[in-house]
Amino acid sequence: MNNEGVDTSKRQFLTSALTVVGAVGTGYLAVPFLSQMQPSSKAMAAGAPVDVDISRLESGQLLRVAWRGKPVWILNRPPEMLKILEDMDPFLADPSSNESIQPETSKNAVRSIEPEIFIAIGLCTHLGCSPTFRPEIAPPDLGDDWQGGFFCPCHGSKFDLAGRVYSGFPAPTNLEIPPYRYVTETQIIIGEDTVEDSA
Amino acid sequence: MKKNLSIILLLLSFNVFASGGVELQDADVDVSDSGSIQRGAKHYVDYCLGCHSAKHIRYKRIAMDLGVEENKILDNIAPVGAGIYDQMNTAMNGHDSSKWFGTQPPDLSLIARSRGADWLYTYLKSFYKDDAPTGTNNLVFEDVGMPNVLWKLQGIQAPVYETVDGREVIGKLVMEKAGTLSEKEFDKFVTDLVNFLVYIGEPVQLERQSMGKYVLFFLFMFIVIAYLLKREYWKDVH
Amino acid sequence: MKARMTSCGNWVLERFPMSKLWNEHMAQYYAPKNFNFWYFFGSLALLVLVNQLVTGILLTMNYKPDAKLAFDSVEYIMRDVPWGWLVRYMHSTGASAFFLVVYLHMFRGIMYGSFKQPRELIWIFGMLIFFCLMAEAFTGYLLPWGQMSYWGAQVIISLFSAIPIIGDDLSLWIRGDYVIADATLNRFFAFHVIAIPLVLLLLIFLHIVALHEVGSNNPDGIEIKKHKDANGIPLDGIAFHPYYTVKDLVGVGVFLFCFASVIFYAPDMGGYFLEHANFIPADPLKTPEHIAPVWYFTPFYAILRAVPDKFAGVIAMGASVCVLFLLPWLDRSPIKSVRYRSGIYKKALFLFVVSFVALGYLGTQSATEGVTTASRIFSVIYFGFFLLMPIYTSWEKGKPIPERLTEQGSLEECIPKIVDTFNEVTVKKPIKAADGTTAVKLRPNPSGIASVLIRFLKRLKASLD
Repeated sequence: MNNEGVDTSKRQFLTSALTVVGAVGTGYLAVPFLSQMQPSSKAMAAGAPVDVDISRLESGQLLRVAWRGKPVWILNRPPEMLKILEDMDPFLADPSSNESIQPETSKNAVRSIEPEIFIAIGLCTHLGCSPTFRPEIAPPDLGDDWQGGFFCPCHGSKFDLAGRVYSGFPAPTNLEIPPYRYVTETQIIIGEDTVEDSA
Repeated sequence: MKKNLSIILLLLSFNVFASGGVELQDADVDVSDSGSIQRGAKHYVDYCLGCHSAKHIRYKRIAMDLGVEENKILDNIAPVGAGIYDQMNTAMNGHDSSKWFGTQPPDLSLIARSRGADWLYTYLKSFYKDDAPTGTNNLVFEDVGMPNVLWKLQGIQAPVYETVDGREVIGKLVMEKAGTLSEKEFDKFVTDLVNFLVYIGEPVQLERQSMGKYVLFFLFMFIVIAYLLKREYWKDVH
Repeated sequence: MKARMTSCGNWVLERFPMSKLWNEHMAQYYAPKNFNFWYFFGSLALLVLVNQLVTGILLTMNYKPDAKLAFDSVEYIMRDVPWGWLVRYMHSTGASAFFLVVYLHMFRGIMYGSFKQPRELIWIFGMLIFFCLMAEAFTGYLLPWGQMSYWGAQVIISLFSAIPIIGDDLSLWIRGDYVIADATLNRFFAFHVIAIPLVLLLLIFLHIVALHEVGSNNPDGIEIKKHKDANGIPLDGIAFHPYYTVKDLVGVGVFLFCFASVIFYAPDMGGYFLEHANFIPADPLKTPEHIAPVWYFTPFYAILRAVPDKFAGVIAMGASVCVLFLLPWLDRSPIKSVRYRSGIYKKALFLFVVSFVALGYLGTQSATEGVTTASRIFSVIYFGFFLLMPIYTSWEKGKPIPERLTEQGSLEECIPKIVDTFNEVTVKKPIKAADGTTAVKLRPNPSGIASVLIRFLKRLKASLD
C-alpha cells in the first residue's frame, strides 16, 4: 500500500461529484416512486365532474350526491332560511369566509352563486366527519341559539345554513364549497367552474 | 441502431409467437404515427368494438397520447354516448355472444402483446371461403369462431389447393370477388388497425423509449465519474 | 450547531456500536487486492434485492391477490397508476436480473473454490438463499394470473403429486383447492410478499456474517491471512472501504446501464422476461400451445423432461439443485482456484458450463425427439461433473501455487486489445449510396474473423490444459 503523493483535492472533488450525481439520480428515481401513490387515472375518472339535475329539488330539501367519493350537499333554501343568515354574524368565527375555501363566485354572504341553491362539501373541516342536517329552530338538544344548520356529531362543531362555522367550536373554517357551474337553470355540474376547465 | 437491436432480439427469440405453421407477413407498423393510430382507432370502433372490448384503454388516454383534443376523439372516434373517461367497452353482452359464437369474443387490449403485430396482420388478411358455420375459415387460425367482418372491404378469397406429400393443403388464396377497397388500400387499412392494437397493448411504449435515452446518458455520466474515482483511489494499491 | 450534532452523535454511539460495525465490515475489513470483475456480482445481488423489495412494496399497493381481479390489477398498474409501468418493469426485469447475477456469483464460487474449507458454511447459506430465490420467483410468477402463470404453476405443483403415497394430498394441500384457484393465488401472494422475503433477508445476513468471519477468497485461491504486517493487517489485503466501495460503484453503474436498457427498450426481452402467453388472462379450460418456464428455470426443467419416468424426473430435477449443496465435500482437491488446478478439472468445468447453458436452451424448446435426446446427454454431463468429482479430483496434479497474490491484467488494460480485435474483424469499404454519393462504411472482414476465431479457440484449448 502506497499512500504517498495522493492528490486529496482530486479525490475530494470526484467524491463530491459522484455524490451529487448519485443524489440527483436517486431524486429522479424518487419522483416516479412517490408519484405512483398519487390518484390513478381510475381515481381521476371516478373524480370526474358530476352532472346534477335540480329541477325536482323542493324548497327546504337537501340532496346528497357523491363527487370524488365525497358527499356534496345541494340545499334549496327558502326565503326564511336566507333571512336567518343575515343575522348570524355575531355567532360566527369567519362570517365573510376570508379563511375558508370556496370559488370566487361563492365568496359572498350566502356562499352560493344563486342565493337559494347552497352547495357544499359535506365534510366537517375539523376531522372530516359528515355533519347532520338540522333545519329545525332551537331543538332541545342543540339549545335555544340554534337557528338551523349543520351539526357535526363527532366533536360538536356547528355550522349555519351557509356552512359557516360557529365560533368556539373545534372546526377551524367554514365548510368547503366545491367548484360548480350552471349549465341550465336546473342543471349543475359539480367539479368545474368554467367550460374550458373540462380538460 | 433500433433495427440492429430488433434483429439481435429476433435472433435471440426462439420463443417466437406461435403461427400455426403459416409464414407470417410483415406488419409495417409505427406507433409514432399518430395519424395511422387515429385511423386504426376509428376502424376498431367501426368494425371490432361491436364484439370486442378493449377495456384497459380509456378514450382520454388515447387523446392524451396522440395529442388530439378530447372533443375530437369523442366526435370522430368514440361511439355515440361514450364519455371521455370511459374505457372502450363493447355493447354486446357476454351471454349472447357465447351463444352466437360458441365463445365470448376476447378483450383485445393486450392481443398485440400475446400474438404479435405480424400475426394480427396476417390473420386479418387470411380469411377464405369455407363451409364452416361462419362461411369463412382462416389460414393462421383454423376453424376460428370469428366471421370475416372486413369482407365487404377486402372481397372474398377462395383457397387454391396443392398436394404436398400426399396431403391436400392450401397453397394460396385468390380473390374471388373484389371488395370496395383495392388490395393496397386494404393493406393500409389493416396496417392502421394493427398499429392501433399495438399501441393499446402498451400505451406507454412511446414515452418509455423517448425517456430511455436520458436515463442511459445519465447512467453513462455516473459510470465515467465512478471510474475516475476508482482509478484515483486505486493508485494506492498498484 | 456542529457541537450539537456531535453530542447527538455521541449519544447514539455510546448506546449502539455503529463505528465498531462500520470498521469491522467496511473500513477495516481487509479484502484481497486482486478481485476481478467476477467479484462484482455479490454486491450487485444485494442491489437487485433492494430493487425488488422497494418496487415490490409499491406494487402491492395496487395489486389485488384475487383470481377475479389479479390480471386486471396488473394492467391497471401498467396503465392507470402514475409511473406504475416503470415500477412493474423494474420488478419483472429485476427478477431475471437477480438470477443472472446470482448464477454468475455462484459460478465465481465454483471457479475459484470459494466453497472450500473454511468457507463451506458460506456456500450452504448461499445455496439456501438460491433455494428461497427459486421459491420467491415461482410464487411471484403466479401473481400476474396470466396463462403462463396459471399453467406453469399447475405443472410445477403437479410435480409434488409424483411423490409416492403422500403426493396427491401434498399437492392438494399446497393448492388449497382441486385446481390452481383463488386460494392458491392468495396464499402464494402471502408467501411471495412476506414469508419468503423474511427468510431470505435472514439468510443473506447469515451469509455475510459468515463471510466476514473467515474473510473473502480471491481469484488465486490462497489465504491472505497467512502473511500479515506488524499491525496484523494482511499484506495483500486492502480495506473494503474505500477501495472496493468505489470499485463496486463502477460495477453498479455498468449494471444499471444494462438494466435500464432492458427496462426502457426491451422490457419483455422478446418473450424471455415476460412471456407472450402471459398477456392472456388465466383460463383453466385451455392450455397454451407451448408451456416453458421463465429462462432461469429452464436448465432444471430440461432435466425433468429428460427422464422418461414422472417420479424419477422429479427426483432428478430436485437432485440437480440439491447436488450443489454437497459441492464442498465432493471436491477432493486441496487447490481452490481453477488457475492452479489440473487440465482435467478445467475440462470438466468447461463441460459443466456448456451443459448448463445447453439445458437452459433445450428447456425453452418444445419436447421433440431431438430435444429430449440432447437433454439426456447434457443431463448426464451435468450430473457427471458432480458425481464423478470425488474420483477425478483425487487424481488431480495441480500447478505450483504462489505464496502471495499475483497481478493479472485489469479490464481497462484490455481496451486496446479489444480495439485491435475490432479493427481486425472489420474492414472499411467505400459504398455507393443510391443517390450517387460514396460513404466509407464498416463491413465484416471474413478472413479477420476466421483468424480471430482460430486464435480464440487455440487460447481456449490452451487454458483448458
